[in-house]
Amino acid sequence: MSSARDQILGSIRKSLGRGALEGEDAARLHQRLATPARNLIPDRTAGLDRDGLARQLVGKLGEAACSVDEVASLAEVPGRIAAWLQRENLPARLVQAPALAGGLDWSQAPTMEVKTGTADGSEDTSVTPVFAAVAETGTLMLVSEASTPTGLNFLPENHIAVVRRSQVVGPLEDAWSKLRAARTEAGTAAAGAGMPRTVNLITGPSRTGDIEQRIQMGAHGPRRLHVIVVDD
Amino acid sequence: MPGSGPRVGLFVTCLVDLYRPTVGFAAVKLLEDAGCTVEVPATQTCCGQPAYNSGDMADTRAVARGVIDAFEGFDYVVAPSGSCAGMIHEHYPKLFADEPETAQRAQHLAKRTHELVSFLVDVLNVERVDAAYPGTVTYHDSCSGLRELQVKTQPRRLLGSVEGLSLTELPSAEICCGFGGTFCVKYPEISDKMVTEKARDVTATGAGTLLAGDLGCLLNMSGKLSRLGAETKVRHVAEVLAGMADGPAIGEPGKD
Amino acid sequence: MQSTSRSFKQNAHHALQDATLQRALGNIKTGFQEKRRQVIEALPEFEALRDTGRDIKNHTLANLDFYLERFEERVTEAGGVVHWCRTPAEARETILEICKRRNARTVTKGKSMIAEEIGLNEFLEANAIEPVETDLGEYIIQLRHEPPSHIIAPAIHVTREQIADDFRRHHSDLDPNRRLEEPRDFTDEARAKLRDRYFQADVGITGANFLIAETGSTVIVTNEGNGDMTQLLGKAHVVVASLEKVVPTLDDAATILRLLARSATGQEMSVYTTFSTGPRRADDLDGPEEFHVVLLDNGRSAMLGTEFQEMLRCIRCAACMNHCPVYAAVGGHAYGWVYPGPMGAVLTPSLIGVEEAGHLPNASTFCGRCESVCPMRIPLPKMMRHYRTREYERGLAPGTVRVGLSLWSFLATRPSLYRFVTGMAARTLGAFGRRAGRFRSLPMAGGWTGVRDLPAPEGKTFHALWKERQGAERRGNGGTGR
Repeated sequence: MSSARDQILGSIRKSLGRGALEGEDAARLHQRLATPARNLIPDRTAGLDRDGLARQLVGKLGEAACSVDEVASLAEVPGRIAAWLQRENLPARLVQAPALAGGLDWSQAPTMEVKTGTADGSEDTSVTPVFAAVAETGTLMLVSEASTPTGLNFLPENHIAVVRRSQVVGPLEDAWSKLRAARTEAGTAAAGAGMPRTVNLITGPSRTGDIEQRIQMGAHGPRRLHVIVVDD
Repeated sequence: MPGSGPRVGLFVTCLVDLYRPTVGFAAVKLLEDAGCTVEVPATQTCCGQPAYNSGDMADTRAVARGVIDAFEGFDYVVAPSGSCAGMIHEHYPKLFADEPETAQRAQHLAKRTHELVSFLVDVLNVERVDAAYPGTVTYHDSCSGLRELQVKTQPRRLLGSVEGLSLTELPSAEICCGFGGTFCVKYPEISDKMVTEKARDVTATGAGTLLAGDLGCLLNMSGKLSRLGAETKVRHVAEVLAGMADGPAIGEPGKD
Repeated sequence: MQSTSRSFKQNAHHALQDATLQRALGNIKTGFQEKRRQVIEALPEFEALRDTGRDIKNHTLANLDFYLERFEERVTEAGGVVHWCRTPAEARETILEICKRRNARTVTKGKSMIAEEIGLNEFLEANAIEPVETDLGEYIIQLRHEPPSHIIAPAIHVTREQIADDFRRHHSDLDPNRRLEEPRDFTDEARAKLRDRYFQADVGITGANFLIAETGSTVIVTNEGNGDMTQLLGKAHVVVASLEKVVPTLDDAATILRLLARSATGQEMSVYTTFSTGPRRADDLDGPEEFHVVLLDNGRSAMLGTEFQEMLRCIRCAACMNHCPVYAAVGGHAYGWVYPGPMGAVLTPSLIGVEEAGHLPNASTFCGRCESVCPMRIPLPKMMRHYRTREYERGLAPGTVRVGLSLWSFLATRPSLYRFVTGMAARTLGAFGRRAGRFRSLPMAGGWTGVRDLPAPEGKTFHALWKERQGAERRGNGGTGR
């Protein structure tokens, strides 16, 4: 007696009028997966240099209802965060991703309460790095790791993302290439596996249009997404 | 002037034949003015849409064979209807998968078949007409003509050359009027909702006349406008372009 | 889900009488339609991307077995489990078993049309497990005990006033006099209400917009972040998806994503597009402990190799129903099952049979607007016509229609007889109708004259007049013969 799996695969093959793919046919498809090719990529970010990509990103972030701040170095970030929280009348406390612990010098903002770890739902604000930023659409790519837990992206009301200019790419496909390269390098891309548990592509703060088609921010994810772009 | 230009077989359409010959004569005039010799094959009847859209393929093929036979030998086949021209142009080639010879003849007919106004503009390069129609008109884009045959700019182009005529765009011009052949009698309530919206949009433009290129749509919209008590005149665009719009509009009392 | 598609006409009748519904449906024109138009205008490559999207899906469907096997391998490597389910019953049982093993009491849910298709919520409730919808639209209809009426905006048929009533009734612990007017009021309240449920949930169930063969990832696309909270906080993450959701690579997904949000809501990207692969890793600080993908067939494999294969390219963007004049008139509930509008008119008979859902492909004027906006270039009217053909062949078309069509084509294939009959009809109707120019009522034409006038014919057929004109010209008289 064949399993549901066998029956479903059998049904597919019967409908397509053939048996399981083998030989050349299968090899070609394996190759397609092993070396993914890009399809048509919009011209929008073609030929943009680092500055151009950063400008494109900042413009798109704004369109997606993010607030954006640009700084010359990582050293300025804690001070700018403190200032932003104050402007927004938010408490001077946050939880930061472990990945930022070494890089951000909080002595610049001594009244700030800074926790490091993941979010438990009680925090107002989180700060995370990103893996990449897609200038084509103003999309941030964040990946789950021990040092960048996913909870920080969703649980707090306010999410601050720190983007370095060197992380900005044009199309999403470039971000996928970066991810594949990073995983291979880290030795985690054995046998084609190697994705982190979660890759979040985030374009602006949470919102819904479910009330009479009128957009409202802050559905379940963060109400505010503040992006600090660092010229590294 | 009928001349030595292309030899055109006029596909009258069953609705024009039965309901409003004026449209047929307007089509003849426009084609002859553009230098065509126009003939009207006497054995033509219907393009087969009613059967086709009801899923009755056997009857569709039977009717289509008659059309293919009737229109052999013309340089072009022209219909004052986007849906009939679309039926022949888009769908006839697909009807005869099991009959290669008929399929080939159907393909040949399809290639030569056009909707009237797009034929004048795109094939004969007519840029203007010699007609007058003072007043404001608005224009409904019949679905088949618009989506199957890309009839959009051509009627507007020629209407732009009609003396005294001013065109107000209908905001919902590309939205279906609810006729849909048998749809309007199979789902009359939904059809009524659609044509009511259309009629309201038409009267909201303030235009004195509604034009379109398909008589089915026009009968539907005219019927609703008059039931709602609107004074908008309804005509086929060919009548206006041919300068033959002095008779009663659709749904208006006849002369004599 | 139980279907009421047989009653489409009655459903439509009620919908047309429902003033509140009609008001709610009016939002579609100014909302989805206009936003889509604007965002597409800003992307010159949109048309070319539609071709590419179609090609990617066609390639995938032609090799569906291969890509599903690769997908399963990757999921397994990442520590997840793929469950192959032929029928809704198998899928329900599989999900129940996972829930039972975790002693689940409550289950949070992201929006999933497959979950609707298999009737998951009722089944879980019957087994003493509480499903909590987290998508705001789904939450609203869950409170109302209604099915969704649109595949991406489930509560599109509900007005603010109705939602306020529902919230007051169900959130009875809150101050009954609180303000519930602006979207912010409802959103904040739902956010607060659902927060705890996320943390309490034992299992989080989401759908999937895509399954990626290259990596074994499942993809969800939301604006709220509810699907993310659902899978992050549930102890087990269960993905329910049908077979045809698979695409080969991350790059293929990137291409189709460019089409999806634009076609659906008029955004370039939705706020959250999330790729989930397996359970939490050993050193992750959060994430689900288990990862399951419930793969449902339920008729998809049987659609391959048929005239309906192209329907499997659908990416559930809802552009078709947003632009359909029939959907705009009657809303989604009239269609009677999970999938409304043009895509529903093709998919529903494919999945539950043409005897049950025969009305759906018939309730169309074939205006073609759906096909013109479908990002995957699915020829929806053509497939609706295929269903009409099948019904006609099976004798399911009403007797009057068959007789009428046979009579019509009998005449239409006999030109002389046709000329005679039409000549008589033109003269008779013309004579009766000449004075008024139109008929306010006409026997046997009640479907028409019930709601609109029937213009009167001019009185002679074109062919008769043309013959007269030819005769006159031959006699040297010229003139137009009118």
